[in-house]
Amino acid sequence: MFLFADRVEAEIEKKVIEAFEVFDHECNKTVDVREIGSIVRSLGCYPTEAELQELLAEIEEEEPTGYIHLEKFIPVMRKVLLERSYQPIPEDVLLHAFEALDENKCGYLTKEQLVKYMTEEGNMTPCISLGWAL
Amino acid sequence: MGSSSSVNANFKYALQKSENAFKAAVLIQRWYRRYVARLEMRRRCTWRIFQSIEYACEQDQIKLHDFFSYLMDHFTPSSSKERDFISRMFISGESFKEVELEKYCDYESMEVPDSYTGPHLSFPLLPDHATALLEAFKQKQQLHARYVLNLLHETRKHLKQLPNISHVSTCYSEEVTVCGDLHGQLDDLFLIFYKNGLPSPSKSYVFNGDFVDRGKQSLEILIVLFTFLLVYPNEVHLNRGNHEDHMVNLRYGFSAVHGRKILKMIQNVFCWLPLATLIDQKVLIIHGGISDTTDLDMLEKIKRHKFVSVLRGKKRKESNRNVEIQEINGESKADASPATGPSPEPRPAQAPSMTNRLEFSKWVRQTVQEQIEWCRRLADISDSEEEEELTSSSCVSMADLDAPCWTRQEEQKQVSILDILWSDPMPQEGCRENTVRGGGCYFGPDVTEKILEKYSLQFLIRSHECKHEGYEFCHNRKVLTIFSASNYYEIGSNRGAYVKLGPDLVPHFVQYQANKTAHTLTMTQRISRVEESAFRALREKLFAHTSGLISAFKAYDKDGTGRITLSNWATAVESVLRLGLPWRMLRPQLVRSTADGLLEYKSWLEDLAVEQRSQEHIQSGLLEVIYRNRSNLETIFRIIDRDHSGLISFEEFHQTWKLFSSHMNIELTDDGINDLVRSIDFNKDGNIDFNEFLEAFRLVKQSQDSHSSRGLW
Repeated sequence: MFLFADRVEAEIEKKVIEAFEVFDHECNKTVDVREIGSIVRSLGCYPTEAELQELLAEIEEEEPTGYIHLEKFIPVMRKVLLERSYQPIPEDVLLHAFEALDENKCGYLTKEQLVKYMTEEGNMTPCISLGWAL
Repeated sequence: MGSSSSVNANFKYALQKSENAFKAAVLIQRWYRRYVARLEMRRRCTWRIFQSIEYACEQDQIKLHDFFSYLMDHFTPSSSKERDFISRMFISGESFKEVELEKYCDYESMEVPDSYTGPHLSFPLLPDHATALLEAFKQKQQLHARYVLNLLHETRKHLKQLPNISHVSTCYSEEVTVCGDLHGQLDDLFLIFYKNGLPSPSKSYVFNGDFVDRGKQSLEILIVLFTFLLVYPNEVHLNRGNHEDHMVNLRYGFSAVHGRKILKMIQNVFCWLPLATLIDQKVLIIHGGISDTTDLDMLEKIKRHKFVSVLRGKKRKESNRNVEIQEINGESKADASPATGPSPEPRPAQAPSMTNRLEFSKWVRQTVQEQIEWCRRLADISDSEEEEELTSSSCVSMADLDAPCWTRQEEQKQVSILDILWSDPMPQEGCRENTVRGGGCYFGPDVTEKILEKYSLQFLIRSHECKHEGYEFCHNRKVLTIFSASNYYEIGSNRGAYVKLGPDLVPHFVQYQANKTAHTLTMTQRISRVEESAFRALREKLFAHTSGLISAFKAYDKDGTGRITLSNWATAVESVLRLGLPWRMLRPQLVRSTADGLLEYKSWLEDLAVEQRSQEHIQSGLLEVIYRNRSNLETIFRIIDRDHSGLISFEEFHQTWKLFSSHMNIELTDDGINDLVRSIDFNKDGNIDFNEFLEAFRLVKQSQDSHSSRGLW
């Protein structure tokens, strides 16, 4: 049992390092703090911005430099993955969310409506790429 | 009372509703952010795949050099036929005097038939010729070979007068436009001219190398660039890139299609391209980069045309970066000196005993060297420096022959050009060998700083590396990479860009993508498409290493269950392919199904094989070998095919394959080779159309678009 847990942990750690290194442009085991969100999310997590900020607080240096070090990132991320924090949203819940925003019950939201909700209601900064992907 | 409670109720309802909306919005944001992050990860992984495969291919270049060295030292031909074959491989160039080049690549006697509807050129060229040419190429017409040769001759004449380092001033034309790699992508050049205007007395251009290879219209690009160069000699400047190199062209295929005369001329034009450009003495433009030994004063003095190919395969030691002269057994310098009169044909009647390999290689060297001398004497070419001697187009082993005649100085010159054309910037300080490319070095911000200080420069502009946005700064904005071939790896992979500099030398960028489809795709579609292409290439690479992978997997499967964990899969794959890729992130795209979290590796590999197999009756072991060595094979074929006819004899093919397989330690029986050959439709008097041969082993599924970055070129 212990052996298995060890292996799982080792594998998780390797995954975390890989994801981190994809964003490590200078190949010096650091990434820009603004990329941490992408890294965490591409490892399968669905944190809110607020939750992400909390996470960052644990990862950042005492004096934030704008860079995150791999050695600080690994233990924090390992815990997140082992504890399965920030689980994904089931599809039906997501559907309900869209339905909640669809006041007139049209069955759809226009781009403008969605942008409005995303930028006003929630805490998302206006995102230009929203237009691209939709 | 009632009204206030109903107001209350309404208020509560509204509050609830707004809370719900808030929660819903947050939820959707959570989901959306994860989606975007995944896309970004996929995009970056895709980029890494392409880049690592591209650079691994460049690394192969060096391995090919090793192959030739190996041949020199180890091969013992068992018959005179084989011996002739080997010697022929090594004498791939003939050296010409100026007058002889004109005779050999004569165009005057070429008739342009009345039926020819393409553009006509007359010299000296005028702006109208240039615009007519552009129009013609847009209509997919071709320029008649006579005009091409004429153009190349005139270009060469012009380039010869130019110094190694061109000087541009922003006083004369208001601004200078600098373009990076074009790699045969004519559409990008059209787009640049469309957006920025044609070269003119008020519009200067610098084209920073790598005009050819990979893209399908390399020759057209050369024609356009050379035409503008001749029409506006003061405004158009060309720098040499690492692909303006004979050996590299052989690998990437900018050869077979255009006939020997044109090819010969192009080789003799490339070597005359200037090495660098200076704008206002403040901005240095080179194709690759610099090193800690870069010396502009020395660069200015080099006879640049002597370096037709700078790839000599010499590795510099990190600790001692002085180039060492390769020791060649017992070679005496006396061979190099020209005799006073013609001597009889120097080839010995009988090669020395074949059992002594060293003897043989020495004999080959002497024979070849003697033959060259003999040719030279006949043609009355002396070795004096003032003579307008044309360089021989050399295959790398010729360079090894040259080595004993080269002094340390010559070596240093060659290295300095190599550095300029092949180096890449790195974030760390220092300067080290560029092992990824196999040539040049990695230079750090401190090296940049030193050079800028030494020559009072403001920044460097270079190209050589594909960038997602078409340009990128590094080294504290002191080094700018500009790359002008959009969609380089695949449609939607990257933008191209050019940079404009005015007298203030502040860079302004213009980005573009020369493909209509790219614009109609959503970001997701674009990323998916490029990703698909990358994974196809990666799967091919995996297939090409099937036997290596099986051994690696078996090491993790001591019990012979046929299964391994996904974790071990990732480690094993990296140990074999060595591409430095994040395999765990890539796994979902490569491994479709697992049983209980374990991978049945044999069937996985079989699935890969099925994808690649276009010729079912060829055993996949053989196919694997071909895939793995495809670009090397192509290069060797092209060297063998001396008259660039696209055909080599069955004998030659057999020989090549035998040599190659013995070097690569591949088990291949004669029957195996025969099977191989039989599977190819060759019916031209025992000749093999090796283009057909190569085609037969390409991927079954080509991309639907005509734009294929890994096309025949």
